Amino acid sequence: MDIHEYQAKEILSNFGILVPPGALAYSPEQAIYHARAIGGNRWIVKAQVHAGGRGKAGGIKVCESDYEIQESCENMFGKKLITHQTGPEGKGIYRVYIEAAMQISCEMYLGFVLDRTTQRIMIVASTEGGIEIEDITSNRPNSIVRSTIEPAVGLRDFQAREIAFKLGISPSLISQMVRTLQGCYLAFRELDATMVEINPLVITNDDRIVALDAKMTFDDNALFRHSQISELRDKSQEDPRESRAADRGLSYVGLDGNIGCIVNGAGLAMATMDTIKLAGGEPANFLDIGGGATPERVTKAFRLVMSDKNVQAVLVNIFAGINRCDWVADGIVQALNEVQVDIPVIVRLAGTNVKEGQKILAASGLPIIRANTLIEAAERVVGAWKNDLIQNVNVRAIK
Amino acid sequence: MSIFLDRDTKVIVQGITGRMARFHTKDMVDYGTNVVAGVVPGKSGQTVESVPVFDTVKEAVEVTGANTSLIFVPPQFAADSIMEATDGGITYCVCITDGIPAQDMMNVKRYMMRYPREKRMILTGPNCAGTISPGKALLGIMPPNIYLQGNVGIISRSGTLGYETAAQLKNLEIGVSTSVGIGGDPINGSSFKDILGHFERDQQTDIICMIGEIGGPQEAEAAAYIQEFITKPVVAYVAGLTAPTRRTMGHAGAIISAFGESASEKVEILEAAGVIVAQNPSVIGQTVSQLIGKISQ
Repeated sequence: MDIHEYQAKEILSNFGILVPPGALAYSPEQAIYHARAIGGNRWIVKAQVHAGGRGKAGGIKVCESDYEIQESCENMFGKKLITHQTGPEGKGIYRVYIEAAMQISCEMYLGFVLDRTTQRIMIVASTEGGIEIEDITSNRPNSIVRSTIEPAVGLRDFQAREIAFKLGISPSLISQMVRTLQGCYLAFRELDATMVEINPLVITNDDRIVALDAKMTFDDNALFRHSQISELRDKSQEDPRESRAADRGLSYVGLDGNIGCIVNGAGLAMATMDTIKLAGGEPANFLDIGGGATPERVTKAFRLVMSDKNVQAVLVNIFAGINRCDWVADGIVQALNEVQVDIPVIVRLAGTNVKEGQKILAASGLPIIRANTLIEAAERVVGAWKNDLIQNVNVRAIK
Repeated sequence: MSIFLDRDTKVIVQGITGRMARFHTKDMVDYGTNVVAGVVPGKSGQTVESVPVFDTVKEAVEVTGANTSLIFVPPQFAADSIMEATDGGITYCVCITDGIPAQDMMNVKRYMMRYPREKRMILTGPNCAGTISPGKALLGIMPPNIYLQGNVGIISRSGTLGYETAAQLKNLEIGVSTSVGIGGDPINGSSFKDILGHFERDQQTDIICMIGEIGGPQEAEAAAYIQEFITKPVVAYVAGLTAPTRRTMGHAGAIISAFGESASEKVEILEAAGVIVAQNPSVIGQTVSQLIGKISQ
């Protein structure tokens, strides 16, 4: 789960990381009011969206007067910010964060990730702050310092010092840098983060180490023990199809094609998408209905897939192990009786109780096209979709 | 004995009183798996499918002599159960549970390091379908009828895609020596690389089939390992050619976040290591079958 910059800064400041004075605003007037309270004569207005690359996309503005704050805010509120991470549809701006501009002498990059190779938390730091880590990795790989943390004893001060010295931080600031690193590590561990990124982490002209930006991602699987983090979820930043799916306990990713997919198992769902593409179609979604595919769950899945207006045919592909084909078939029949589905539905069942499942589908009298193998199912769904298109064109021509 | 399992392997089921665990315990017993005990704290004295339940793994191991465990414990408590299995003398453990926090698994892996390598429990999963040696024993949730006994070893991150592979092989009358689900989580007990060596040493396995997907370094690590240590032919498939970057595709670990983690890059890396890659999921069986044809010529 992602959170906003202002939320990450609040969390990190509770762990001792210094951040510039700032406040959240829901309107231009509120932003101006906060600017006066913050004081000074230079502020940064920052669009709060769940995506990187905000600066280049116009989501971060330096302002030196009420008028400039007003103007920057008006250009943000209610608009979509399109960055290289949001896709062409962009993300809506409903909150801005305003903070004091800092006088800085040096920018660094600091990231904490769960490294899959070592299966431990790794610190990645660089003297090249303010640009994205991918660009640092490809353009200035020698500037990167890495350190892996032993989970049993946590981040040791000597490791933090080593990083600080490698980054060329002056001896008088070393202990401040160690505190910053320790604070991030504690936040990562205590809150079950999967990523903490401060980019840039700066040294100000008055020798303080300050997080100018902050990004945190949390482990969805651990949210059950962090209700205060779950509350930070902002549905306005999610694809509405995906929010609906998440609320129903389904794993869904929206795509741009027109063949809806209902599959059990993540790997099989991806393979089904790949096969649809191979057969000449484009998948509209990734959807894993998971184990325990009760009739209620399958009905929910149909509702979800049918709510995407681009979907012109549906492929159901179930290989039952933990969930049984007869349950799944019951669910399909129930769903098709409850949800209005006026497009072709292709069903492929395999695995536990497959014969019972097939019987239920056949006895239902519903216009379900059945298939035995994955490639057959993909070819039939693409064929049915194309046929349907031709028929619709003919109907329109006659009308 | 096949790798990890055979008819006599004594199995305990942790969390045996849950609904799913009961259903699959029955399946395993029916298949002939030697399930000797269940473990659920506070429920000793009960039985499930005539299998006695114990309070702790240690007690179950002491009474029955079991050395293998299957875990169905809910995600909040599953990491603890894996550590209990490690500490209780289990040598092979499969964890089915989906949704274990990643840092819990980080702690589990660290905890397991306290045992020297040769005494360390082998863990597969979590978030996997289990392990089966067809005709011998079933340790998991897979539908056993789709596996024919034979000489192909399967390693798969995805459960259902592993089934798909076994079913395709069966249709071509090709059997499986052992199928090992390694699971879809970012931190798992065993990687492809860890299981490949077991199949290399297994006399009943002649061909290895690995089913990968987007995300993580495991397929690339396997490619390097195969090049150096594996003499048996390896067939692979990698799911997710149509998956977008930076999005989690169901499995917590299926996310393209770095170079080399997309399906096409993994295919390239595996092919460079001499692995035969099936270009789409419908021809995994055929690819193995063609390889068998070539070997027997």
